Amino acid sequence: MKGQIPPRRHILTLLVENQVGVLARIAGLIAAKGYNIDSVSVGETMDASVSRVTLVVHGDDWVMEQVLKQLNRLIEVIKVVDLTEEEFIEREMILVRVNADPPNRAEIFRIADIFRAKVVDLTHRTYTLEATGDEDKIQALLELLRPFGIKELVRTGLIAIGRVSKVPSSKLERVAGGDGEEGAKKSPAVAT
Amino acid sequence: MKITGAEILLKSLVEEGVTTIFGHPGGVILHGADPASDHPIKYILCRHEQVATHAAEGYYKATGRTGTVMVSSGSGVTNCVTALTDALVDSMAIVVLTGQLPAVMGWDASQEADVVGTARGCTKHSFVVFKTEEIPRIIKEAYFIARSGRPGPVLVDLPEAVMADCVAYTGHPKSVAIRGYNPQMAGHPGQIKRAAELIAQARRPVIYGGGGIIHADASEELHELVEITQIPTTLTLMGLGALPTSHPLWLGMLGMHGLYWANRCLIDADLIVAIGSRFDDRVTGKACDFGTQCKIIHVDIDPTSIQKHVKVDVPIVGDVRCVLRELNKELRKVERNWARDFEEWHGQIEAWKKQHPLRYEQRQGVIKPQYAIDMILRLTEEYDPIIATGVGQHQVWAAQFYRGRKPRRWLSSGGLGTMGYGFPAALGAQAAFPKGLVLNIDGDGGSQVTLSELSTLVDYKLPVKTFIINNRCLGMVRQWHQRVSTHQPLPAGPMHQPDFVKLAEAYGAVGIRIERPEDVKAGIEKAINTPGPVVVDVVVEREENCLPAIPAGAAITDIVRAPAPTPDKSSQAWH
Repeated sequence: MKGQIPPRRHILTLLVENQVGVLARIAGLIAAKGYNIDSVSVGETMDASVSRVTLVVHGDDWVMEQVLKQLNRLIEVIKVVDLTEEEFIEREMILVRVNADPPNRAEIFRIADIFRAKVVDLTHRTYTLEATGDEDKIQALLELLRPFGIKELVRTGLIAIGRVSKVPSSKLERVAGGDGEEGAKKSPAVAT
Repeated sequence: MKITGAEILLKSLVEEGVTTIFGHPGGVILHGADPASDHPIKYILCRHEQVATHAAEGYYKATGRTGTVMVSSGSGVTNCVTALTDALVDSMAIVVLTGQLPAVMGWDASQEADVVGTARGCTKHSFVVFKTEEIPRIIKEAYFIARSGRPGPVLVDLPEAVMADCVAYTGHPKSVAIRGYNPQMAGHPGQIKRAAELIAQARRPVIYGGGGIIHADASEELHELVEITQIPTTLTLMGLGALPTSHPLWLGMLGMHGLYWANRCLIDADLIVAIGSRFDDRVTGKACDFGTQCKIIHVDIDPTSIQKHVKVDVPIVGDVRCVLRELNKELRKVERNWARDFEEWHGQIEAWKKQHPLRYEQRQGVIKPQYAIDMILRLTEEYDPIIATGVGQHQVWAAQFYRGRKPRRWLSSGGLGTMGYGFPAALGAQAAFPKGLVLNIDGDGGSQVTLSELSTLVDYKLPVKTFIINNRCLGMVRQWHQRVSTHQPLPAGPMHQPDFVKLAEAYGAVGIRIERPEDVKAGIEKAINTPGPVVVDVVVEREENCLPAIPAGAAITDIVRAPAPTPDKSSQAWH
């Protein structure tokens, strides 16, 4: 039964009571079952008594069934959805400080421009870039920056929201200019 | 009028119907309030917080009413951890109220501990009360959460300032609304229909019931199901008593040390109806080999118990009692001559019983532990006793030879296997039923873990009859070591033993020793007829082993390959 489907990435979105210790409970539960959390992000919703937690966990279907049930069992967890089972939009923001010696500055600036990344801080030897996008886009940007030397990287962790529109995500992308910013989960890594 | 938080707490407990609190007092909790003076609450002072918590478990299991524990801060709480974990795995509804020192946490004050952090892994839920006004709501929620759904322990941490603060008491809430907690009671009607269809087609079905039947008070419904369908029924260690052991379709306990034919039924069945049980590894053995030959129906209120280890064909999430009622309705509509259809299956089971009976041979000289336990159970059956056990060989034998007519009469630590459970569980049950016969069948190892509770039994005149099945070693550990290791001496014993008779007398209880087989009957009768707490030291054969057995990690089918169990050849440890 176990291991029929290979492990894959799951994005879980949780609505939880905005109370002391809730995150510790969630993290503790997942740790106690021996699963690793790839990323986590937490913030208040429009209702200040409710927080949203976005968790990224790797697991096969058997593992995920248990994780979802266990999370649901926590009294302070109001709702759990595995977004991976439906259409969704994901984003992550990064701040990355990259070596930018004079010969490379123009090239890094061009890469940043292509990725719609902003330069938010600079010195004579470094750029600090701010970029947002889905996992593939962020990964692609980092791959392109890596040769210059990444000095520091800070990631927010993934956030995601379910898609309610019936318009196919590929069409919506074209409407939005196809820059990848509005892309759905299968959007191309680098837009042109 | 304004009253203190401590007074509000006591009022809230009375509103929740609490009549007995087990505890160990300390500096901060209750802040001078006295549960006994203005409130109809009996406070039982135990000698250790773990014991108080186990006692609350015993109280809950025996009565069905949530057990209440009150302990102080710091070590008072950390001492509860074992019992809280025990209650969590065995689904015991208890509420533990803990004192906490300052209003602001994290100062590392004297006797401060991160209580809620510690409790996170060993409770169903835990609360910290930050404001005195919150006490009634949190107490209401705590008792609701403990008792509903899959029952479990709930901890409420009460900082001293919250208990001391005076506020207006506005009454106890009438209802609870917790948006993240809404246990599903009714099973899915479509799933129940599918289950009924599978049962109606089965040729060799078996019911495998667990503690969930007891927790849901669904014994009557189980009985009805068995009567309608004539399906042979086995129960787990936690489920004993859900079906009278005199019932013709009662198979006995299953699992690692379960009866041969009960396990054999699970291997040969074409349908397993699992009710309120959780496919524990002590039942399934190697889970991937379990139940692959048959269909499985699984009824449980806890969705996480379903499909955890074993693939299930018809999962039904819901309260066992609600689901069984609906299932019985469906099955009554089925036109089938159940008894005739299962004649062959029943015959096969009878044949297994004859081939591999549960037996022991009491010869002259040394008392066989099985004989002592069998006699205790036989001689007390007419009193409909509540029986608590410790953990180890004596527990297995007591379960194998168990005779009981009703649910909530069998108290044993299953999931966690907590040695020392017997004394406190018996204490809790006896506190609930002061006039009933409560026995503690314990080992010489386990009884010494919580022996201090003899004082509590004497203090409160709780006439628990304890039988220490004394083999001068940790028998179960010795048995396993003997199987896996050839080294001598074994770390499980021999152990120096205190004189249990003198010890009982020193505590103010009555001590009796039984050393010869011919004295067993008279000794047991004397113990039952002696008023007050009694400790009986039953000196038994040291080298006796629990059989049959499925080795840990092996598949359940491995029991088949083992030759017939011959517990009378005690020198041959395993086969």
